[in-house]
Amino acid sequence: MEIDWKAYQTNGFFDELIDAKGNVRTHGKQLAEFFSKLSGDELKKARAVADLAIKEMGITFTVYNEGNMIDRAWPFDIIPRTIGKKEWQGIEVGLKQRVEALNLFIDDLYHDQKIIKDGVFPKGLLEKSVNFRQQCVGITPPNKIWAHICGSDLVRDGKGTMYVLEDNLRVPSGVSYMLENRSVMKRVFPELFEQVPILPVDDYPSQLFDMLAAMSPRPDDKPEVVVLTPGVFNSAYFEHCYLAQEMGCELVEGRDLVVEKDDCVYMRTITGLQRVDVIYRRIDDLFLDPEAFLPDSQLGVPGLMRAWSKGNVALVNAPGAGVADDKVVYAYVPEIIKYYLGEDAKIANVPTFKCLDPKECEHVIKNIDKLVIKPANESGGYGLLIGPKSTKKEQQETIAQIKADPRNWVAQPTLDLSTVPTLDGITPDGRHADLRPFILSSGKDTQITTGGLTRVAMTKGSLVVNSSQGGGSKDTWIVDEEAK
Amino acid sequence: MLSRVGETLYWVSRYIERAENVARLINVNNMLMMDLPKGVSTGWEPLVDIIGARKAYLETHTDFSEQKALRYLLVGKDNFSSILNSIISARESARTIRDVIPRDVWEEINSLYYYVKDNQNEGLSKRGRFTYLKTIIDAAHQIFGTLDATINHDLGYTFIRIGLMIERADMTSRILDIRSETLITSTEAKPYENIQWISLLRSLSAYQMYRQEMSVRVQRSDVIEFIMHSEVFPRSILFCLQELKVLIQPLPNASEINQSIDHAIDELKSEDVRELEKGYLHDYIDNIQVELAAIHNGLAELYFLKPAE
Repeated sequence: MEIDWKAYQTNGFFDELIDAKGNVRTHGKQLAEFFSKLSGDELKKARAVADLAIKEMGITFTVYNEGNMIDRAWPFDIIPRTIGKKEWQGIEVGLKQRVEALNLFIDDLYHDQKIIKDGVFPKGLLEKSVNFRQQCVGITPPNKIWAHICGSDLVRDGKGTMYVLEDNLRVPSGVSYMLENRSVMKRVFPELFEQVPILPVDDYPSQLFDMLAAMSPRPDDKPEVVVLTPGVFNSAYFEHCYLAQEMGCELVEGRDLVVEKDDCVYMRTITGLQRVDVIYRRIDDLFLDPEAFLPDSQLGVPGLMRAWSKGNVALVNAPGAGVADDKVVYAYVPEIIKYYLGEDAKIANVPTFKCLDPKECEHVIKNIDKLVIKPANESGGYGLLIGPKSTKKEQQETIAQIKADPRNWVAQPTLDLSTVPTLDGITPDGRHADLRPFILSSGKDTQITTGGLTRVAMTKGSLVVNSSQGGGSKDTWIVDEEAK
Repeated sequence: MLSRVGETLYWVSRYIERAENVARLINVNNMLMMDLPKGVSTGWEPLVDIIGARKAYLETHTDFSEQKALRYLLVGKDNFSSILNSIISARESARTIRDVIPRDVWEEINSLYYYVKDNQNEGLSKRGRFTYLKTIIDAAHQIFGTLDATINHDLGYTFIRIGLMIERADMTSRILDIRSETLITSTEAKPYENIQWISLLRSLSAYQMYRQEMSVRVQRSDVIEFIMHSEVFPRSILFCLQELKVLIQPLPNASEINQSIDHAIDELKSEDVRELEKGYLHDYIDNIQVELAAIHNGLAELYFLKPAE
């Protein structure tokens, strides 16, 4: 049985492949045609090839909350998500603008705080921010860049408008899965890549390396760049390895590094201590340096902040960059862009109610069954309340938490997230998805991944796409509609 | 090269070599048992001895029946040197340095892990056993072959080779020790003595090379000489030690290690092994194992990551 796209139901959602009239969108034409010619057996076979490739390549992520650590194969759907090149170019411009403004904002917060003095950003918010690091005040990292790597989550609403849902500025993860999804697809449907003009994604590791190397305090020498991982038990360990491997850098753990009396960072090698210039750290701020932050952290390196503040080593992302990624700050991003760049935001924010504002807070509590309630500083979907899908008891608990600390909560209308055709058995069925592109900033130039990581809620009707909560992913194609 | 990484490469290599050796031992023992008449066979007991697990084995097992001993050797959870545990250790170690090893090699180790785990029943069944073990042996060869052809031959690869040589010398000494010790020499078994020496050679993949090099019939004195002192056979103890001597040359401050290797070689060459009787041979091999341990300790002291002070 072949796939009949006419029988595919969009159920009133905006679908990435099929429009409301049941026609295939231009950028998905070749894809839809290709799939419509595959028999059920061929689809099953393709899925098996993908599963095997994922198993053999050892593409995994670790799940915590099941009593113990489980290394799980990466859930993957073989129908790619397509975006037209034209639309994508517009998104790229918007993302650049956003990240540029966020970096100016962070640098301002750690120096003169003009945006507060000018009354655009409330002082009270900063005082209560759990990601503001006193230790970073007055420090100027190279090129004034704090958030070198940003992962912004994009979603579409029911009308197809693209919004930024959140910016991840601390240690955003997922880019390795974006790259691996592509290599799995190449194994599964090699012929598709001959037929469809798909833009390549695999330049990311070299761009990442160039950006990291450009941050070196000793630019004349060949810089020693390392990736700092919390270790094999971290849920993103696969990615840490992957990126170190693709860049040809050392993957280090805290115990491999030492800060010597000269306030420089060294790694312990077979030939003795060796100077480190740039650390792409995948450890949260608070674990970085037991001398500056949590004293009992086993993951970090004592003295690291000292070395960084003296400019002897670059930390990427800079400590304290997370101040701009909490969900309350998010609500101010349009104002932040306007303030620093004098421009309107090119990609819209999802309308956001700040519980800090008593009026908006009242509205949130009244409408809690219609809204998505988010704590300011959690990631991975933890602590989230989806109003329409919650019980009265859950709502009451969240209301109590909001009243206890209104600053820590924001709310957004439930978005009718767009859907993408996803195989359910051998039949495509709509599943909600988002998109996480990654933006690299060196201060001299900005680079954006081609597309990004498409995350899919694998369960019908579910809006939660996080891999830690049962989400899966797809290869993402930026398709050149004009190519012949 | 990070100290931690050097150490891990060393162990990945040892674990894979260990798994391959155990697989070969089982395979050969399996063949030998088919040739020996009932009542003459030494059974599976010597294999448990070779991996040094007798005491631990007897804590949980009452006898050395084929199914029990095999399960223990192949997939025994409580046997650190079972094939499955060796591969798990290799994979877990490799995972912590996934960035360093070539992707193809990681995929091979990963696939081997799934193969060993998912096809246990094949290994336990009489019919599936040969293929199961052969696949493991081939996969181990493939891993070392891919490494040789794809990884930079720098200090990291040096540690892989060092681990391989030490594990190989250690296994060879164990196999020779136990096998010569448990050889059945009663009069009724006399006709089978030769097959047992042949089987010993086979468990070291040494039979064909022995014939080529020694050009004499298989007999005790020559087999022992070949296994211990051959300058050309890659699993002989002397060969491994001489290879180690070359390998450590590029390592910084290697003079101490160099001394302990020289010491081991002197010790090895000091005896005319052809003449050594049973008990003496055992003591002599014991000494060699102490020398190997000293080389390992020297490496750990000089190059591996020390626990935090």
